Amino acid sequence: MQIPVEGFMYPNEVELQWSVLIVLYPFITGLVAGAFILASLERVFRVEAVKPTYRLALLTALAFLLVAPLPLQLHLGHPERSLEMYLTPHRSSAMAMFGFVYLWYLMAVLLLEIWLDYRRDIVLKSQSSTGITRLFYRFLTFGSSNISERSLRIDDRLGYTITLIGIPSAFMLHGYVGFIFGSVKANPWWSSPLMPIVFIFSAMVSGIAAVMLLYMLSTRLRKKEIDMRCVDKIAQYLMYTFIIDFSLEMLDLIQRIYEADESFRSLDFMVHTRLWTSQVIVQILLGTVTPIALLALTQLLNFNEVIRRRIYAIAGCLTVVGIFAMRWNVVIGGQLFSKSFLGYTTYKMSFATREGLLPAIVLMLLPFAFLWVLVKLLPPWPDARTASASGTAPAHGTT
Amino acid sequence: MDITRRRLLVLLPAAAVAWKYVQAGTPEAAPNYKIAEHWWGMLIDIPKCIGCGSCVRACSEENDVPDGYFRPWIERYHVADWKIERPHVDSPDGGKEGFPPTEEIGGKNFFVPKLCNHCEDSPCTQVCPVGATFVSPDGVVLVDKNYCLGCRYCVQACPYGCRFINPKTNTAEKCSLCYHRITKGLTTACCEVCPTGARQLADLKNPKDPIHEFLKTHTVQVLKPHMATGAKVFYNGMDGSVR
Repeated sequence: MQIPVEGFMYPNEVELQWSVLIVLYPFITGLVAGAFILASLERVFRVEAVKPTYRLALLTALAFLLVAPLPLQLHLGHPERSLEMYLTPHRSSAMAMFGFVYLWYLMAVLLLEIWLDYRRDIVLKSQSSTGITRLFYRFLTFGSSNISERSLRIDDRLGYTITLIGIPSAFMLHGYVGFIFGSVKANPWWSSPLMPIVFIFSAMVSGIAAVMLLYMLSTRLRKKEIDMRCVDKIAQYLMYTFIIDFSLEMLDLIQRIYEADESFRSLDFMVHTRLWTSQVIVQILLGTVTPIALLALTQLLNFNEVIRRRIYAIAGCLTVVGIFAMRWNVVIGGQLFSKSFLGYTTYKMSFATREGLLPAIVLMLLPFAFLWVLVKLLPPWPDARTASASGTAPAHGTT
Repeated sequence: MDITRRRLLVLLPAAAVAWKYVQAGTPEAAPNYKIAEHWWGMLIDIPKCIGCGSCVRACSEENDVPDGYFRPWIERYHVADWKIERPHVDSPDGGKEGFPPTEEIGGKNFFVPKLCNHCEDSPCTQVCPVGATFVSPDGVVLVDKNYCLGCRYCVQACPYGCRFINPKTNTAEKCSLCYHRITKGLTTACCEVCPTGARQLADLKNPKDPIHEFLKTHTVQVLKPHMATGAKVFYNGMDGSVR
């Protein structure tokens, strides 16, 4: 397949190395980190208003985290050797740390926090259900069926501590992804100390928007009333985080324009041509400025609930699209220009190949399937919590 | 310690696994080659390059380089008068079959042979998640294709565009400075066939190597010195427009 090239590329540069799958990787990990940070708002910062989304945010983070390594695995030339990263990690490599950061976040933070938060519900279900379901929930108790007041207090305290550890861990998970790109000195589009921090804030933005949308959608599907106090608060946090994220990105842009180093002319041309639609139109105008403006409107004017809900839904969708475009522009944009700064190549996405559009779509749908299963197994709804509390199980547990 | 049959049965598989890793890090075994006594680099004499493409063809045959990918390649520069920041560069098929006549009039034209710079502080080896690419004790950046994951991070990290993914092995590949030849006292395939001596293998640890005299008496540069990679491919007569 002939790849269209403009100007001069080093001969080995014509073919892009990192495809749409690598775009998914920071996008998905960003959703994980963002969803977790939203959950921690309630747990650590005692923002009571967002409580209805706490469990949903945790399950969303888990569903996406389970999918996070798949695009990487699919992209590797030798996926069967990927375990070597655990067995013989190269300590100077940012990428080598992925496995450890991932495992830490999955095992030590997310699974533990979810288990502690759901332990009471799991024990009650293991006592009230029958057959295979009973066995399943009994397994999930891991032999700890004590749900006495004291025991639950310990769970709560432990959960709080884990969330405290989880916040820097979430920052580390996504800041680290930013560092993978930001530390490549050969690539001026990536090389920036701001990259990890921009990634963290954009992660929070995408995670908060995704959980807000999922909450609104799931509540509507369940034919329940959306808690507007909760959604208003989330939208408020979304706007604040988005403003910080946008400011950081603009700071990076202004610095680049003002410094105008040797790469500037090349990158500037790229933004005005190959990245014009994905960066200027989709990411900045549609995916950033519009949602910020919409969210700001809800703060300034007194809209009724219906209008606010619609605005939040539109702003949330645009935000997620905008953050995806940002990941696209970082990953794909960073490979479209030559390191000689004299030419440009083109990204041709195939469809049904290992790194094509089809596996990307499947990988993007997979977390929702996982989330559906998780929600069925561990209902995150506030009313479910109440229902299980008034269930048939005894109030005192057994050891 | 007594080795019982049972203990031996336990130890043997473990030893076999360990041996695999020992072998992975073993450089090309060559009799009489003392790895600590060499520190390899290359000298490129730009005014001598005629852009014939012999080096690219020789390397391709010697190292079975797949079509469309290049270990060494040649670039042709055209610099119009004072516009050294905007040179016109081309490299059709990496210069493998030479170059068609130039249509550029005025200014200056010259060829720049390129290859891996075998950097002392190579960014590509730094980022490899499993250490499959490494700087050998004699200063050659190598790739262990039996260990490489094919994650392509090294390709991204190389500032000079020297690396590619071999579609046959799905692993990273680049100039190995013909390690299988130089450890046997031969020169690289590209240096061997260069009709004008524009490429010369250099052993920087050998005090008798002519490179030392050359470096003393000529103005040489490395590519992209601001990258601080400790590049060991030295260019004589390199124009400021080269990147």
